[in-house]
Amino acid sequence: MLGGSAGSFKTIFSIVRRFEADLNKAVLIVIHRKKNFLSEIEKLFAENIRIFFKEISDKDKVEPNVAYIAPANYHVLIEKEGVFSLDVSDAVWYSKPSIDVTFDSAAEAFGADCTAILFSGANQDGAQGLLRLRSKGALTIVQDPADAEMTAMPAAAININAAEYVLSTQEILELLNK
Amino acid sequence: METLTPTVTSSQLNEVIDLVKQIYGFDFSFYSKASLKRRVARILMLRKMEFYDLKHTLVNDNLFFQYFLEEVTVNVTEMFRDPSFYRAVHDQVIPYLSTYQHIKIWSAGCSSGEEVYSLAILMNQSKLGKKSFIYGTDINTEVLKEARKGIYSLRKIKGYAENYQLAGLKGSITDYFTMMYDAATIHNELKNNTLFSVHNLISDNVFNEFQMISCRNVFIYFETELQEKILELFYNSLCSHGFLCLGSKETIRSEHFRNKFKTINHRENIYQKIGA
Repeated sequence: MLGGSAGSFKTIFSIVRRFEADLNKAVLIVIHRKKNFLSEIEKLFAENIRIFFKEISDKDKVEPNVAYIAPANYHVLIEKEGVFSLDVSDAVWYSKPSIDVTFDSAAEAFGADCTAILFSGANQDGAQGLLRLRSKGALTIVQDPADAEMTAMPAAAININAAEYVLSTQEILELLNK
Repeated sequence: METLTPTVTSSQLNEVIDLVKQIYGFDFSFYSKASLKRRVARILMLRKMEFYDLKHTLVNDNLFFQYFLEEVTVNVTEMFRDPSFYRAVHDQVIPYLSTYQHIKIWSAGCSSGEEVYSLAILMNQSKLGKKSFIYGTDINTEVLKEARKGIYSLRKIKGYAENYQLAGLKGSITDYFTMMYDAATIHNELKNNTLFSVHNLISDNVFNEFQMISCRNVFIYFETELQEKILELFYNSLCSHGFLCLGSKETIRSEHFRNKFKTINHRENIYQKIGA
């Protein structure tokens, strides 16, 4: 799972581009963005990555070899049965989709089976969710604030000790290659 | 490590579901569990309650149950949410609807009425206001009171201006409201074509025949089996060739209903009933 806000797109994009079509894992991307505008983000992903790409619809199955993106103006939750549920309740940290909401429910549904990375952003979304993932034994990584365009989000996660590793983009890429 | 906000376990959630079903007759068994858990955990946090408090209060306090119902059923909505949906209705559904003598529309799970009034504005601009009538239903009596009033904060209405423009409508959203201080009241001309009443999609039946049903961002809170059951209710509530509008991320998945509805718009999930 990859979560990011302002200043995270390029980094997340460069990581997802490296995934092979037969990665054998499901990838979930949660990026804050504005509602109503069919953003260029979906297009860029769909046209430039090798792994199959899908914007989530309600009750889609979580399947390997697919990169899912949370739709704008919805929260994404994961059910224990391995399906996505969407939710339109209030924004969290002014964000919908919220990274906290998705990370929290992933911690409940999949726990230690997850790897989660939190990237650049200007608010605190994702920190609590990452902490919950870590408490369930998931591998949690935070982009090194020194390496991030916006430091607030990674710093918030590091402050509450939600990160097992704090890594630069380069180091994240190396780790994911292993 | 810092402390985390409270969580609710699956067995605790089942306890609450059973309690509410036994005492109040509301059945949440087939709601999407991840969202429901989050809603219940939120009540624990907002009310600074322990889980046993919640159970005790649910059993003994009717008023608390009203609050509980309002909190667990998500009531966040916007006027003209997903403007492209309204454009699609205007371009693909309204030409068909305009051929009917009377147009009855059902907004199922209407919450505080924003979608009902948005549709009323759309019908009005399409010069179909006089022959259309919109029924808004919800399981929650409190939000229906808000809907009937048709009064929203001016700040909120102004916040919908962008949706309104993107929906391709003429003039300004404020043309349909009377402003007084920081409140905006929907014009009577629109309100007169609406009726709000309690209806429970899970336990209540067909109550009228409609040319169009809009049920957007409600199915996301239901498990697939329950969605199917409600699709049956909608099918039986539509006139032949009537339209069903689901949310833009809600699709008809089963073979059974794919054969009963034709897709009119893939992106907005607008369907048309096949058969009588």
